[in-house]
Amino acid sequence: MSDVTGGIDMDDETEGVVKKFMFLNRKAPYGTIYALEALEVVLISAAFDQDVSLAFVDDGVYQIVKGQHTKGIDQKNFSPTYRALEGYDIEKLYVEKESLEARGLTEEDLLVDVQVVDSAAMANLMAEQDVVISF
Amino acid sequence: MLHIVNKSPLERNAVDSCLRLATKGSAVLLIEDAVYAATKGTAASAKVQAAMANLKIYALAPDMEARGVAGRVMEGVNLVDYSGFVDLVAEHKNCQSWL
Amino acid sequence: MKFGILVNEGPYNHQATDSAYQFAKAAIEKGHQVPRVFFYHDGVYNSTRLTEPPQDDRHIVNRWSKLAEEHKVDLVVCVAAGLRRGIKDEVLAPGFRISGLGQLVEAGIQYDRLVTFGD
Repeated sequence: MSDVTGGIDMDDETEGVVKKFMFLNRKAPYGTIYALEALEVVLISAAFDQDVSLAFVDDGVYQIVKGQHTKGIDQKNFSPTYRALEGYDIEKLYVEKESLEARGLTEEDLLVDVQVVDSAAMANLMAEQDVVISF
Repeated sequence: MLHIVNKSPLERNAVDSCLRLATKGSAVLLIEDAVYAATKGTAASAKVQAAMANLKIYALAPDMEARGVAGRVMEGVNLVDYSGFVDLVAEHKNCQSWL
Repeated sequence: MKFGILVNEGPYNHQATDSAYQFAKAAIEKGHQVPRVFFYHDGVYNSTRLTEPPQDDRHIVNRWSKLAEEHKVDLVVCVAAGLRRGIKDEVLAPGFRISGLGQLVEAGIQYDRLVTFGD
């Protein structure tokens, strides 16, 4: 058993199979645990050599805004982890333009490099996935 | 792609987001509290009706019956049971839940 | 066809776990396979044998155990999410096991579909 792969041994059935995985984030951080636990799955997925992308839609864009300080609520600030994803070869981060605009945000407000795409482009990205896991 | 939604359109934005991000020809299955989006005469009915031009809309009949709205189903909505739910997942290449 | 299922909510609080169960049952009845159900977030609470619903209500935990026994469904509880919430080996109902998130990713890779139920 390996910690890196989240408790599984790579076997013949997963080796060599590359699927398009999208993790769809639509919830704000801290109010609920979904954003944090989504990030934990994303990190594990990196060990499986899949074609992984992250999408931030609706309140999910709040997960990656700059300037998060969580000391006052005594929760772990996990926002720096999004910047560490690149080190795990997870480099496809998509943000829906309409979701940003609806929240008065721009790309400059985000703490990590992303590709801002409009709804139509985001819709196409989702449609071409093999597996979409949403939290 | 099959889009699965389980939120009331009168309380949350999942139905709106799904309709905005579903590509033409996709299927949308309304389950749990999202079945209210399949009923006529609500503040959300018009946009769901309009979406039928591009999308196939399904609703889970047991969830409509449980909520007392089976008699209010909108024209053009296809009703399925759990077996039909399974068929929809199997028939589409991929699926996505709008939680 | 092989369906993987992800359950993100606890029993009784949210219908997600009921929908997931009905889906799994219908899939198996139609001749499909449900090799694994993965429990994440508050979904880990589906696994505790300490659950005692009123007599006239469905027993969600036992229902999963029975499905596992009769149809070889692998019921996997996320270790990290479980530890956070006090779910350990000693409280597991029959058919459940604790393992890592890799089991979820693996289900996504190996099976034909992965269906998520949550809030």
